Amino acid sequence: MPGLEDLYREIILDHYRTPRNRGELAVPPARHAEGHNPLCGDEITVFLDVAEQNGVDVISDVKIAGQGCSISQSSASMMSAAVKGKSVREVRALVRKFKGMMSIDTGEDDPEVDVLLGDLEALQGVVKFPVRIKCATLAWNTLIEALDNPVPSDT
Amino acid sequence: MTVDWAAVRDDFPILRREIDGAPIIYLDSGNTSQKPRQVIETMNEFMRTSYAPINRSAYRLAGEATDRFEGARAAVARFINAPSADEIVFTKNATEALNLVVASWGGANLGPGDAVLLTHLEHHANIVPWQMLAAKQGFELRWVPLTADGQLDLANLDRLLAGAKAFAFTAMSNVLGTIPPVARLVQAAHQAGAIAIVDACQYVPHNVTDVQAWNADFVAFSSHKMCGPSGVGALWGRIDLLNEMPAYIGGGNMIADVRLDGFTTAPVPAKFEAGTPPIVEVIGFGAAVEYLESIGMAKIRQHEMELTRYALDTLTARYGDAITIHGPDNVELRGGVLSFAFRDIHPHDISQVLDQRNVCVRAGHHCAKPLMRLLGVNATARASLYLYNDRSDVDALSNALDGATDIFGF
Repeated sequence: MPGLEDLYREIILDHYRTPRNRGELAVPPARHAEGHNPLCGDEITVFLDVAEQNGVDVISDVKIAGQGCSISQSSASMMSAAVKGKSVREVRALVRKFKGMMSIDTGEDDPEVDVLLGDLEALQGVVKFPVRIKCATLAWNTLIEALDNPVPSDT
Repeated sequence: MTVDWAAVRDDFPILRREIDGAPIIYLDSGNTSQKPRQVIETMNEFMRTSYAPINRSAYRLAGEATDRFEGARAAVARFINAPSADEIVFTKNATEALNLVVASWGGANLGPGDAVLLTHLEHHANIVPWQMLAAKQGFELRWVPLTADGQLDLANLDRLLAGAKAFAFTAMSNVLGTIPPVARLVQAAHQAGAIAIVDACQYVPHNVTDVQAWNADFVAFSSHKMCGPSGVGALWGRIDLLNEMPAYIGGGNMIADVRLDGFTTAPVPAKFEAGTPPIVEVIGFGAAVEYLESIGMAKIRQHEMELTRYALDTLTARYGDAITIHGPDNVELRGGVLSFAFRDIHPHDISQVLDQRNVCVRAGHHCAKPLMRLLGVNATARASLYLYNDRSDVDALSNALDGATDIFGF
């Protein structure tokens, strides 16, 4: 069995202890989606402000709410830091790349977008603990939900 | 006669398996139990020598298989002191047994203006079927609240039962281990004119069960939590109620006659056993209750109470305020289910660290999300004990928790 140091890298524990972009955004104008891991009860809500800049949709702000284990929370925190300021197209490419690292096939890469995982590569040890892949991907699936099928706002 | 608990442990082949050079410390029996060689060998022998359809064919082999199958039913009936084996309906598990009662009895007896009383201790299996039927038939669900230490708060029981047609409750919480006073609850239900439905899925594997002493109307339980195979469970019900209830799942075996314009049902229990049942698993279920009987349920309960006391004392003495173990402290009032919070470390991470030392516990909501919300958590880690566990398992859990302290830096 791989050692726990493969899973609990220092940068992961740092994001767990000091999560970035915690909180909520006013809906609307923000959009949001809720994700659940029915196995363990982890819950996450992703809030996104999407604004047009120079003709491109950009994630201008992101907030994360909810509770979960160190892997789901640190993955959400690192994701929030990574997507803030990126175009929606870049974010979609990043999600594909991240899920690819989690050994989840998401089809063809976008050939015109080049994104780097950066700090997110610290999470690659999760693949050696297959039970935890769902923890690491919860925030990312919820982010896609917030883009594609946000919870309808009341107004 | 004292029980040789080391010999009991030796009956379970999987507990001799090693992962990374060390034995498995199995503390997840509240989830599902391990199987003794007596059950494994009985199922194996039955498939090798006696497997055939039951209740259908006239040749000798089929007759033998049917006798073995009905022998298992008789063994299960005896195990819970049911008045008659005909009152044992084999189901897929306790969940299906509860769904059967809700859909069949509830479907025929509940409507607008009616009420069913449940408790905050319940597993989703004793919540969701009622919610599904209530959405269709429009009756009220009421809830018995809890005391601070996780027991049922019975102060307003009579008021809650007033006008209720059924009271459905667990005999032992799968999260807190709490063992409510079943006979007293049944009596209160009957005095209010309600039937009493007992989810005994956690109770039957660990205690002497006497459905007649309880005086209950329905009792549901599962084989896989009591040393038997998965895929089979049982519903015990009063014969008069079972006779009145409409069929649940239609198909072969459950009919007396079928014509183009309708059908008539077979007598109980066949009426509720449509289709070919899990034959081998039922044989294994029978072997499991015989195995447990050979040790004695009173002795198993005593063993688990001593071990639960040891676990509560060991973990509390070592970790003090850093560990919170939910549920009653008095082991007379609880089973060997220890849900705990440890140093604000998420249960998933606790389970991960424990797994590094081969300690198997459950982390999650335990299919009891309303209870989790009451506890103010979205998950707990849960260690659950059974007859094959001993103090060394508790010590292994206690030692392995230190690893979580190291990693998460407290």
